[in-house]
Amino acid sequence: MPLDLLINVTLGGILTGLVYGLMALGLSVIFGVVRIVNFAHGEMMTVAMYAAVLLFGWFKLDPLWAILPVAALLFVVGYALQAGLINPFIARPEHSQFILLVAIGTIITNGMLMAFGPDARNAQVGYAYDSFQIGPILLDKVRVYAAAASVVVATGLFAFFRYAPLGKAIRACADNHRGALVVGLDVKRLYALTFGIGAACVGAAGCLMVLLIDVTPTLGPGYTLLAFTIVIVGGLGSMAGALLGGILIGLSEALAGLLLEPSAKSMFGFALLILVLLFRPQGLMGKRT
Amino acid sequence: MNKQAKMAGRMTRRRFTQAAAAGLAAPALLAHPVRAQGAPLKIGLVLAKSGVQAFFGQSCERGALMAPALLAELGYKAKVELTTGDYESNVDTARIRAEKLIADGANVLIGCFDSGATSAVAQVAEQKGVPFVINVAAAPQITEQGYKFVFRNFSTALMLNQNALVLMKDLFKETGYTPKTCVLLHLNDTFGQASKSVMDKIFPSMGMPFKIVEAIAYDPTAKDLSVEVAKAKATEADLVMVISRLNDSITLVREMVKQRYEPKGIISPGSPGMYDDQFYKTLGKYSEYIITNTPWYNPNTDIAKKFRAAFEKKFPSDRFIGNVFNAGFTFEAVQIAVDAYTRAKSTDGKALAEALRSTNIAVHPMAGPPITFDAKGQNVRIASVALQNRNLEPTVVLPAEAAQMKPVFPMPGWNNRG
Repeated sequence: MPLDLLINVTLGGILTGLVYGLMALGLSVIFGVVRIVNFAHGEMMTVAMYAAVLLFGWFKLDPLWAILPVAALLFVVGYALQAGLINPFIARPEHSQFILLVAIGTIITNGMLMAFGPDARNAQVGYAYDSFQIGPILLDKVRVYAAAASVVVATGLFAFFRYAPLGKAIRACADNHRGALVVGLDVKRLYALTFGIGAACVGAAGCLMVLLIDVTPTLGPGYTLLAFTIVIVGGLGSMAGALLGGILIGLSEALAGLLLEPSAKSMFGFALLILVLLFRPQGLMGKRT
Repeated sequence: MNKQAKMAGRMTRRRFTQAAAAGLAAPALLAHPVRAQGAPLKIGLVLAKSGVQAFFGQSCERGALMAPALLAELGYKAKVELTTGDYESNVDTARIRAEKLIADGANVLIGCFDSGATSAVAQVAEQKGVPFVINVAAAPQITEQGYKFVFRNFSTALMLNQNALVLMKDLFKETGYTPKTCVLLHLNDTFGQASKSVMDKIFPSMGMPFKIVEAIAYDPTAKDLSVEVAKAKATEADLVMVISRLNDSITLVREMVKQRYEPKGIISPGSPGMYDDQFYKTLGKYSEYIITNTPWYNPNTDIAKKFRAAFEKKFPSDRFIGNVFNAGFTFEAVQIAVDAYTRAKSTDGKALAEALRSTNIAVHPMAGPPITFDAKGQNVRIASVALQNRNLEPTVVLPAEAAQMKPVFPMPGWNNRG
């Protein structure tokens, strides 16, 4: 096998994995604090993708710049969803949470089908067909830009949770719910903020994803499943784990497709998931309970 | 009341007998073929008007809706009533819709585009003894079941591939360039695997001047095909053969551009996608010069010109070229049904089936010889054309009698597209 082919595919897998990681990060943030598994995660990302496509269509706004308004929009949606609908379900059995969010996801998907129809859409940016070439290495520009933006957003998120007072307060809620209540933190509001932040994260990921793939209304469930796979591999509740999981899944898909069978490449992500569940069920960077 | 009047009003034994005889005779009279001749032919269209195949189903329906008027213009006198059953892109629903259409009086069924749905409807039609004229569906086994009521006016996967390979040889001869190697990229679903296995079966005996160096299967739901295209590029094959649908064909070509893989040609041996409006809209200049060898209409015949004019008049906001394949074959299916009804002079299932078996329609819009069916109900003479993307429109370039332009092959590099 030519070495340049191996290198190109490996680098492509890592770059794609970084975007996957950002997508999964939102899920991890929400679960890590609110302890709700967002089964409408992929659908929310699809909404963000459509928002980016519309902004590009109306204003020629590059999806890289559309991250700001779309993430803000998804933040508001996430905040409202948590405060208005999901909050009462936090104390309820997990199957109730599951059904609620699956229902929300189904409503979102069908709403998008009614609004946009079934045809695929994309944002045809001027550099969509361009690539960077360094010797035999060829990397398409959209993938490089999307991966770079993912790293920037993820870094911003890490910094927020580490250094910002609000971020520390959210972490306090996650670490010790009762303690947070005792010191007077408004836990309900912090939960809503966290859901909003997680949704904003997936909004950013959606803007970047639209550079890589075309959007259709039924994209959501596949990416919800992918996000789950990533956070379970990386460790549910671990932000660094989500990014690592994303890279691993992106890489496994790429290399499996190259070395084995392209049509079965998505199978290897699940194979990795099974291995992690068997030998390290808390995930690669998760904490054992 | 006087005695006579009472006698006149009373039910007598004679009157009772007369009334009973009339009552028993009435159904027989109503069912008499002589009365059925004047009745319209009720055609049930089993098409997907919603779901993932909605575009194709709606496109097919247009061909049926324009058929009555155009057939009248062509001299067919029979009246036609069309009813559509939407199978929602679901095979089980197709079966239910077919049964409902038959229960509601359909004399003939037409459908379905999807091979799975078509197989299901064929079973229903055969069980109920109602003729089923297939407009589009390539799975070979549909007409291999010994059915007596199923007739297909479309190529099987075998025919599609055979015609496609013959057209490729014609293309190389016409343009003076012959590729030596080929890589086959194909869907990993029923359609893709069936087409690939047919290709495997017939390729060795077709005397092609190139060899297939690698066959790469890909997941039809995959959104990222960069690995598949990277593998194809690594083969350095001159020619890329693609068995695809619309969204994945767009992704494949986009990846080839990004990875700077410039094969001498991209040819599809009959799969849809690369001549759709969305393909041109999304890829623009990168869609040019790609070839699909497929059944198509013959733009140079009078009937085809009438067909186009009738379509554009009835559906002014729908692009003819984007609909011609589906609408053309569905129009022909209605034509076949009406032609059979005209000769059978009956809506009886068996009579219609017998008439269908002896169909011979010389004047029809799709390219190829007269429409006839063999003993299995298959039209084995459906022709294909080489359709090249030129000026963002599918353009017939071969065979010569149907050509609108001369073919361009090898295709220009991605950066030489203007």
